Amino acid sequence: MADESRIAAARSTRSLGWAIVLFLVLPITIVVPVSLTDQRFLSLPQDGLSLRHYVNLVQSAAWLSSVGQSFVIASGATVISVLSGTLCAVGCWRLGSRWSELVRVLMLVPIIVPTIVYALGLYRLWVQLGLLDTYFGVMLAHGVTGIPYVVIIVSTSLANFDPRLEQAARNLGASVPYTLRRVILPSILPGVVSGSIFAFIHSWDELVLVLFIASRAIFTLPRRIWDGINEHLDPTMAAVATALVAVTAILLVLDMRTRRQRSE
Amino acid sequence: MTAVAATGAHSGRRFFFANERTAYWLMVAPAAVLMAAFYFYPLVEVLWISVTEPKPGLDNYALLFTSASIRRTIVTTLRICTITTAVTIVLGYVVAYVLVHASPRAQRWLFLGVLVPLWISVLVRAFAWVTLLAREGLINTTLRDAGIIEQPLALIWNEFGIVIGMVHYMIPYAVLPLYASMRDIDARTVSAARGLGGSRFYTFRRVFLPQSLPGIIGATVLVFIFSLGFFVTPAILGGGKTLMIAEYISLQILDLLRWGLGTMLASTLVIFIFVLLAALAKVVDLKRLFGAG
Repeated sequence: MADESRIAAARSTRSLGWAIVLFLVLPITIVVPVSLTDQRFLSLPQDGLSLRHYVNLVQSAAWLSSVGQSFVIASGATVISVLSGTLCAVGCWRLGSRWSELVRVLMLVPIIVPTIVYALGLYRLWVQLGLLDTYFGVMLAHGVTGIPYVVIIVSTSLANFDPRLEQAARNLGASVPYTLRRVILPSILPGVVSGSIFAFIHSWDELVLVLFIASRAIFTLPRRIWDGINEHLDPTMAAVATALVAVTAILLVLDMRTRRQRSE
Repeated sequence: MTAVAATGAHSGRRFFFANERTAYWLMVAPAAVLMAAFYFYPLVEVLWISVTEPKPGLDNYALLFTSASIRRTIVTTLRICTITTAVTIVLGYVVAYVLVHASPRAQRWLFLGVLVPLWISVLVRAFAWVTLLAREGLINTTLRDAGIIEQPLALIWNEFGIVIGMVHYMIPYAVLPLYASMRDIDARTVSAARGLGGSRFYTFRRVFLPQSLPGIIGATVLVFIFSLGFFVTPAILGGGKTLMIAEYISLQILDLLRWGLGTMLASTLVIFIFVLLAALAKVVDLKRLFGAG
């Protein structure tokens, strides 16, 4: 009797856990059927499935230009974050002094400080530098805020890297840049790839900074979605959302692949 | 460097070491310069504007105590964040508990379910909730067609909608630190307590729960802090009717151009967060909590 109630308690805890995880996943999947609706408004399909909202999407110059802009900006931002972030992580790892410890603590600040706060200062600075509403301005802002994530991710893979390999290369006469290129980088490559994916998604999804530093010329995808949600909710939005979920899923699978290769 | 070079026979070797350290510092430099010039400088500028515009002094900060709309926004923000954090921690605790005790196969699926939402655009998630919760949304229309309700329920553009969206966003951030601390708990302590005759619940309360306390505190801090400055989800699900501080700040700047007031609130928010973290730094390993440990 006591045993039965104990098993029942364990089972109900487990079901509750699974239910919460379903609560995390299921609401997001609702965008898929809504994007296939045959109606003109946000609804589930009623008389059949329809791809008309996807047709709307690929025929809309506005949406396509936003996708293009976001892609260019996220690519540029990723280059900035990954180059400087990876170098910084390796440098800090080798220095190992109080100063580099400080650098790593400072890297946490952008993760802790709400983006809205930084956005105000960024807007002011970009006015002074004439970078408002430019590709380069948004790229730089996204690139800089992506650095901490790259540093953290690359540092994690450096923690698993045997420093004696590096010393061996150096003792055999390899220069610092050569050691970096031929010894360190190949073994932390999966971390760098993860960092790149993270930096790309960071820029691709970023909204708050763009709301402040972009106006007419720069209209990234998140800003287009934001406008859509606030002004004209229609199933085309659901098609966009579905496409974004699909892109994320592909990137996630890529990331898992590289992680698996690393562990093998 | 010149001092090192002038120390005689070993100077070549020593210079080589100094040179090597210089090389590593040069590697740190690009990130450090970019962050200093384009992150920290504008951040400090925000603090500076808050005490200089429209005129030097602490006048902006006096508004914290005199303005009714600011007080309302702060109270609303703290209330929503507290409710969100409490609900998130309880739900996250259950998920982490089940995760720790699950078979490796089940664990993989549960982890996937916890991590996938983290990777999906916050706008997509907010949009999905709008689709579900709106007046003419899927939940209301389904309930109406089933004859359960006649008037649509007010599920969105109020605090209820905000809390749902925020809890949904925050749960993964709670699960990860909770899971990490539960994994460190020695299962033998639980078996020992059970073997000595402690009931299941008693063992949980007196043995497991206390040992998972660091995780609970860490997750609470993380979720509360992320909630405080959260912009996108509250702005969309609040529909401009329920204002939290981040949206209030953006309104002050983008619509009303009240820089003094906007930067004052932004500074207050940051200072509050860092005071909170400083107070908890002794109890929580902050670096580990934010992923850099």
